[in-house]
Amino acid sequence: MDLMEYQGKQYFARFGIPVSAGGVADTVDEAVAHAERIGYPVVVKAQVMIGGRGKAGGIKLANTADEVRFHAGNILGLDIRGHIVRRLWIERASEIAQSPDRLNEKGEPKAEEYYASFALDRSAKKYLGMLSAEGGVEIESVADELIAKIHVDPMLGLSEEACRAWVAAANLPAPAREGAVGVLMALYRCYTEGDCELAEINPLILTTDGRVHALDAKVTLDDAAHDRHPEWADFEAATVAAGDSREALAKEKGLQYVGLEGSVGIIANGAGLAMSTVDIVKQVGGAPANFLDIGGGANAEVMVNALTVISTDPNVRAIFINIFGGITRCDEVARGIVEALGRITLSAPIVARIDGTNAAEGRAILKANESEKLIMLPDMLSAAQKAVEIAGK
Amino acid sequence: MAVFVNEHTKVVVQGLTGKQGQFYGLRNRAYGTQVVAGTNPKKAGTDVEGIPIFATVADAVRETGANAAFIIVPAMAAAASILEAAEGGIPFIVCVTEHIPTHDQARIYNRLKHDFPHTRLLGPNCAGILSPGKCNIGFTPTEVAMPGPVGIVSRSGTLAYQALYELTESGIGQTTCVGIGGDPVPGTSFIDALEAFQADPETEAIVMIGEIGGSAEEEAAEYIKAHITKPVVAYIAGMEAPPGKRMGHAGAIISRGKGTAKGKTEALTAAGARVAMNPTEIGGLVKQALGR
Repeated sequence: MDLMEYQGKQYFARFGIPVSAGGVADTVDEAVAHAERIGYPVVVKAQVMIGGRGKAGGIKLANTADEVRFHAGNILGLDIRGHIVRRLWIERASEIAQSPDRLNEKGEPKAEEYYASFALDRSAKKYLGMLSAEGGVEIESVADELIAKIHVDPMLGLSEEACRAWVAAANLPAPAREGAVGVLMALYRCYTEGDCELAEINPLILTTDGRVHALDAKVTLDDAAHDRHPEWADFEAATVAAGDSREALAKEKGLQYVGLEGSVGIIANGAGLAMSTVDIVKQVGGAPANFLDIGGGANAEVMVNALTVISTDPNVRAIFINIFGGITRCDEVARGIVEALGRITLSAPIVARIDGTNAAEGRAILKANESEKLIMLPDMLSAAQKAVEIAGK
Repeated sequence: MAVFVNEHTKVVVQGLTGKQGQFYGLRNRAYGTQVVAGTNPKKAGTDVEGIPIFATVADAVRETGANAAFIIVPAMAAAASILEAAEGGIPFIVCVTEHIPTHDQARIYNRLKHDFPHTRLLGPNCAGILSPGKCNIGFTPTEVAMPGPVGIVSRSGTLAYQALYELTESGIGQTTCVGIGGDPVPGTSFIDALEAFQADPETEAIVMIGEIGGSAEEEAAEYIKAHITKPVVAYIAGMEAPPGKRMGHAGAIISRGKGTAKGKTEALTAAGARVAMNPTEIGGLVKQALGR
């Protein structure tokens, strides 16, 4: 689960990472109330799950209540690359120190903005910490030699000594080093004990009064660790409210679903086969409406749930069911599909391909129940073509 | 010959007294696998359809000579179960459990590397391992498999089953089907399986099924180029997966532009593998590779 900035900061604060005082606002009045409480100047920040907020006009400085009112009014409802802003984070503005001996490309003193993150290095199977004195820009645009990297063995953890050497290797200026070590040790705890997949601060700043402080927060939580983090419940509620309603419904029904933009609804069993199904629909010129993995089995109950989720998508014009029957045999799968069709009214027709154990028996059952609403084709390619053809009509 | 398991493999099932554990444990036994024990500290001394239950893996090893573990327990208990198996002296551990937190996976992986360097973990979140006619540990449907010359290694379960089915339908059997799982920190990698298949005299061709996320396929491509002389047929799922979205498996995610199916397919093609465009092409490509 990706957190919005304000949630990330709330999470950081639990681990002692310094963040600015602030408040969440869904209306202009709430924004003003927070600003009055916090004290000016404040920054009004759009809370959306996408980068480039500043450039899109989603982050504004305000010195008075009127300015907060003006900016909050403009930002709420703003469309930032397809994400509508419904929530703001109002926080106390920070004064970033200017480097006396480092200049930016315009020849002005450079703002003391750094980058810090922890994530898993899947190849090394260790944690990878990245730290750079060049923060405030996308890390992908920073030259590799300007990023100090550290591999941490998950068994051994990060020692303060190793952390200090890492900060030195990143060439952070002397006044920021001790503060940075403190923040990075806390960030490591947040990453590990907090079950993050990504814990990133960009920018990490040095303030004019010498504090090292997280000015932004990018956190991805590991959904698998949900059971040991009751404190995530608030984040989950907010994320579900802000997210794709199709995905929320699928989650409720225990299905693995990813919403896409096309017109061919997809149901498959197993993540690999579901990905393959999306691929083949695209390969034959169609546009998949979703990825949906119903898991190993494929009984009528699961099929009804999957079809219910797909049916809430108004773009779907054809449904491609692609099932490999293993332990759940194809004849059982076919009966499940037929039974599901009797329990739910569909607007789009189904093209079904089933393969695997007892394929012939399963196909015979589907064949016997064929109609305008249910077409059976024996192989994946021709079934994909048929579904795409129907969706294009 | 089979890789990692054979007809002498003796399996202890951690989780045999649970509903899923009982279903798959008994299914594996019915296939002919030597399922010799189960564990459950609260039910030691009882049995599941004649399979004795012990309090710990160490007890099971001592009493039955078990040399493989099949872990089918809830996600929050899985890391401790893996460690228990390793400490109990089990050299080959299959963990099918899905949704183990990534940090638990990373810690247990490195713990095994440090303290149990000779223990092999297969999974987590894998379908298991099947050597047709000899041994089946996990979920793999044996109905679609038969003994023969092809080795299969796959992150995805269903795509491996599809490959088994395609091959069997074409009259081509398999030495072993190895599910390495869809999680971010797999205990056994493609390279481990490729190395084993290369060394196995009965394996004549290898099928490798990957998917988006991470760089294991690219690393495998390098390994194939340098070390594998047997023909390799590959397939990568997720060509059209949108970046930043997790496609069912915890490890199936394109993050920061890395781990795309296109990059993996190109790496494998450059390494000399025959790459299928969809999973139903695998059978035909293997036939070609074997000159049948």
